[in-house]
Amino acid sequence: MAYVPLADRDHEMEMHHPHTWIGKYVWSQDHKVIAIQYGSIAIFTGLVGLVLSLLFRLQLGFPESVSFVDPNFYYQAITMHGMIMVVYFLTALFLGGFGNYLVPLMCGARDMVFPFMNMLSVWVFLVSVIILMASFFVGGGPTGAGWTLYPPQTAMAGTPGHDLGIVLMLVSLAVFIVAFTMGGLNYVVTILQYRCRGLTMMRLPLSIWGIFVATVLGLFAFPALLVAAIMMLFDTLLGTSFFMPAVLESGTALDHNGGSPILFQHLFWFFGHPEVYIVALPAFGLVSDVLSVHARKNIFGYRMMVWAIIAIGGLSFIVWAHHMYVSGMNPYFGFFFATTTLIIAVPTALKVYNWVLTLWEGDIRMNVPMYFAIGFIFTFIHGGLTGLFLGNVVIDLPLSDTYFVIAHFHMVMGVSPILVLFAAIYHWYPKMTGRMFHEGMAKLHFWLTFLGAYAIYLPMHYLGFLGVPRRYYALGTTEFIPASAQDLNATITIAALIVGISQLLFFINIIWSLRYGKKADPNPWGAASLEWQTPDTPPAHGNWGDQLPTVYRWAYDYSVPGAHQDFIPQNTPESEEPTVSDEHFDPDTEKSLANL
Amino acid sequence: MKLFRSVTNKPWERKGIIGGMRPEGAFNTDAERVALSFFLIIASVVFSLFTVSYFIRMELPDWQPLAEPTQLWLNTGLLVASSVLFQWARNIVGSGQSNNLLIALVGAGVFALLFIVGQLLTWQDLQAAGLYLSSNPANAFYYLMTGLHAVHLLGGLWVWSRSTIRLLSGAEVTDIKLSIELCALYWHFLLLVWLVLFALLANT
Ligand code: HEM
Ligand SMILES: [Cu+2]
Repeated sequence: MAYVPLADRDHEMEMHHPHTWIGKYVWSQDHKVIAIQYGSIAIFTGLVGLVLSLLFRLQLGFPESVSFVDPNFYYQAITMHGMIMVVYFLTALFLGGFGNYLVPLMCGARDMVFPFMNMLSVWVFLVSVIILMASFFVGGGPTGAGWTLYPPQTAMAGTPGHDLGIVLMLVSLAVFIVAFTMGGLNYVVTILQYRCRGLTMMRLPLSIWGIFVATVLGLFAFPALLVAAIMMLFDTLLGTSFFMPAVLESGTALDHNGGSPILFQHLFWFFGHPEVYIVALPAFGLVSDVLSVHARKNIFGYRMMVWAIIAIGGLSFIVWAHHMYVSGMNPYFGFFFATTTLIIAVPTALKVYNWVLTLWEGDIRMNVPMYFAIGFIFTFIHGGLTGLFLGNVVIDLPLSDTYFVIAHFHMVMGVSPILVLFAAIYHWYPKMTGRMFHEGMAKLHFWLTFLGAYAIYLPMHYLGFLGVPRRYYALGTTEFIPASAQDLNATITIAALIVGISQLLFFINIIWSLRYGKKADPNPWGAASLEWQTPDTPPAHGNWGDQLPTVYRWAYDYSVPGAHQDFIPQNTPESEEPTVSDEHFDPDTEKSLANL
Repeated sequence: MKLFRSVTNKPWERKGIIGGMRPEGAFNTDAERVALSFFLIIASVVFSLFTVSYFIRMELPDWQPLAEPTQLWLNTGLLVASSVLFQWARNIVGSGQSNNLLIALVGAGVFALLFIVGQLLTWQDLQAAGLYLSSNPANAFYYLMTGLHAVHLLGGLWVWSRSTIRLLSGAEVTDIKLSIELCALYWHFLLLVWLVLFALLANT
């Protein structure tokens, strides 16, 4: 049957231009408004997660200083903190927020393929957040089983929130997965089918590649969480024994028999490991673009970068059991998973080399996004290296469930993606709002966050080596933990408070600048990719005015020798390109030409 | 493969327009069909994970195999009939006609509904025999997997009902062609899933 692409369907599609305020900002089908809605909900939820972390950090640093942080609340706080940050904050902000904003713009499309489904996605996401937050207000409070929700302790009387809390958590996750699937299908199909004329897959900016592969991972990995959540809901509500073994609760046998807790762990981590790359891959993509723009150089090894993203995505499905070394498994399994885990470090390291080589001899502009992007390279290398330690079974056994693991995944999945988020928000802020933010405040924000993050997590590696276990309300007295560990804990807490409070700088900055910021140039950084070439800033509904763009080149034509500007937008035809030479040039002689 | 060729491009070497006069999708088909294909993969992942869990759980000592109701054979027949009718509807719209379209379409939906009713009857029989959800893991899986399959079918019926209503209210065949084609694809997929589930349940 005849294939009618979006551009030619415009008249049929009849972009629905809403006129009321509610139609424009609430029930909007415009991907940019949806992106902001997704982003705001995610950031709000993230703030709840942040406050929870400060509360349990206070307990760790200054035991019993906050009266309501008792052991139950402590467990509830760490559980909700973990789940909120991983799923409702990072996943939603990267894919729901940035995915929504950038995919149509960078693909030269007017909107997502299925705008209505896209709108449903954000509202269903809101419902999932409301269900999650409701668990704070029900009897027994939210679940305190740890974000990994391992049975049987999720359902045992000793665990806070073992009745209503866990049910709300599971239902909320299931609802989130529905929302994500609706959004995810949109991002994937838009990227595959609705790119504008001339924009081949290999001309896409790496941001889109990262978002694309991460979304595919999400679509195929979240089902594992859904399956686990459904079976666990059956166990808790309907008395089945999928996961629940025969077990005693305060001396009396529960009604369960023969279930397999290990089965849950497999399902959870079959989702859980890809999930870390669902967060990491968009960060990899966004940071590549930020680095390239502000270094005024094409990204080093574009093709390698794309393939590395795909390879990491594929491999991430066969490493999950490295989270289960201490759960016990056949040694050959352990060997297999250790090997695959270490193999995944190869494409990952490759990306790091390419970021550094992108900077090499670049015409680096130390703009605010660049600070965060370079900060990311540091923290990511750091966290990646500790991952290599943990990937080896024998090294992992003593380190598992200690603060070393906390340090590893916060460097790699906490601090690193968040630095990229800040880089990306500062980078695209002028396009999204039409205003510039305050530079000085943003730089101060960077230094406090970056140095503060090190002050928090570097000492945790050491605590981990000492053997300080994670998820303990209080350390008590043990032989192997010296009393000075407590001093370190107090220091960490102070650093965490400083970092937490310094995020106010960010919020004040972006809110204040909305009104009082300098009017932004349509393309203040001189970026070549499509989203900076829109006729309006911020882009209007439909993005491109009357005519869709046509793409003549990749997204990384920076400092092209002979060109009179140091970047050539993707939609500049060759004929209008003021070069002095043809495309096959000798880099050495060209360099001098560029300096003319 | 076009997709593979496109990721081996060297984008920095080639300038100018690549492709024809129109924007090109990675797949030469409608966006809806691409989205449905992705959805089918996602649904397959869900059912596969349940199947894997089934096998793992089956190894544990308290497992008692369930004697599947013979009614399932009848139900399978109903679902096959539904799928066949959908294929018929698809062939009709494919050849651009509209004769018998309503019969095929309504028939397909009715058989699917009968299938769901039949599945509910098996649940009733099991309950009557004292085999509840929590009696045994094999029962639990039976209720869970048949239920999930039925939910997928209900989702399909929702789309089916919209197309049928549009056809009844006089829509052009070309307007509902795509949705009938996609429904047919979805139905065949669910039939396949059901056959696999049935084989799994019946043989263990
Ligand atoms: C160089 C690659 C990496 C390797 C070899 C690696 C290895 C590991 C291993 C073996 C563990 C289990 C530790 C234990 O519980 O005993 C672990 C935990 C973890 N890793 Fe990584 N990792 C790598 C990269 C990443 C990345 C890129 C992310 C996220 C963006 C990440 C996020 C996590 C998280 C969240 C956990 C802890 C989950 C929990 O137990 O609560 N890792 N890592
Ligand atoms: Cu992992």
